[in-house]
Amino acid sequence: MSTVSAPARPRAIAWRLASVAEVRAETVTTRTLVLDVPGWPGHRAGQHVDVRLTAEDGYQAQRSYSIASAPETPRLALTVERLEDGEVSPYLTDVLRPGDRLELRGPIGGYFVWDVTLGGPLLLVAGGSGIVPLMAMLRHRAAVLQHADARARHEVPARLLYSARRWDDVIYREELARLAEGDETLEVALTLTREAPRGWTGFRRRIDKMMLAEVAWPPAERPRAFVCGPTPLVEAVAAALVELGHDPARVKTERFGPTGGSA
Amino acid sequence: MDGGSATRRQAVDEAMRLDGNAAAGILSEVFVPDLTTARAACASCGAIREVGALFVYAHGMGTVLRCPSCGAAVLRVARTRTRLWFDATGARLLVMTAAE
Repeated sequence: MSTVSAPARPRAIAWRLASVAEVRAETVTTRTLVLDVPGWPGHRAGQHVDVRLTAEDGYQAQRSYSIASAPETPRLALTVERLEDGEVSPYLTDVLRPGDRLELRGPIGGYFVWDVTLGGPLLLVAGGSGIVPLMAMLRHRAAVLQHADARARHEVPARLLYSARRWDDVIYREELARLAEGDETLEVALTLTREAPRGWTGFRRRIDKMMLAEVAWPPAERPRAFVCGPTPLVEAVAAALVELGHDPARVKTERFGPTGGSA
Repeated sequence: MDGGSATRRQAVDEAMRLDGNAAAGILSEVFVPDLTTARAACASCGAIREVGALFVYAHGMGTVLRCPSCGAAVLRVARTRTRLWFDATGARLLVMTAAE
């Protein structure tokens, strides 16, 4: 069993040299980097890492990327979306190959995290690559509940509302379908905002208050909400949830800024 | 300045806005406990929030964490090649979890 509580951290988070074990294409613009990180102390679902690239002349660029893998998985996975004018992401998605090295530090951030011991219901709302840290939560939940009885599952029901532009932009599409199929306490709802395949019966618009009222639990159920995606989506969703009567303290947000979340 | 410029400025600010969580990396260089789960009292309006719930504006010059209630800068952190700068004038109080 991996860490459930935050690992004690005696000193500053160290920069580590990870090596790329595998590069997986998720969608046209996103890749998952599966990494071996010597000395990795374990993480909690929802945390991120800082990645640092150093050019030959010493110039450094640093960005934050959410961890996609469950704490229960031995290797660390990051899913990175290529930003057209990005300084770091095109290197990560197009250049890195198995065996290459990458400098990173983490795990970082204890605020936007969830684990099964915190309980449910778990309400996840994602826009685009904002699915990544939420996927870590769903993978963690699935790993912990894998051998649990129905009663334990019903104590932490989960719902995901995921907004993507089109069907082919849905990251982890097959895995999400598989997870939902094998678990009556997990519901996955997609909304496609630009283009939908023929015969699509799901949502066809940006996430709004009505959609949230339909998908989310009533506020009286006190779900823990995690919202991640581009800043406008996150702010619209967080505001709508509060308007619907959800406790602002139970609505945690992670905005992906214009540079994919760098600080 | 005309009103249009103020609106543009606001639009730029909104597009740049991140969560306190996004500052966790640089804050970990200053503090041993995870500061994003610490509670901060805004010196300007008194609102108390987890640092992870503050608004973050990250610029080349540094990272500013602002109070979502009143907009005041609560924490400022910047790094140069050899120095870390941390300004907490805007925080009346910071309460963090002690290491076990």
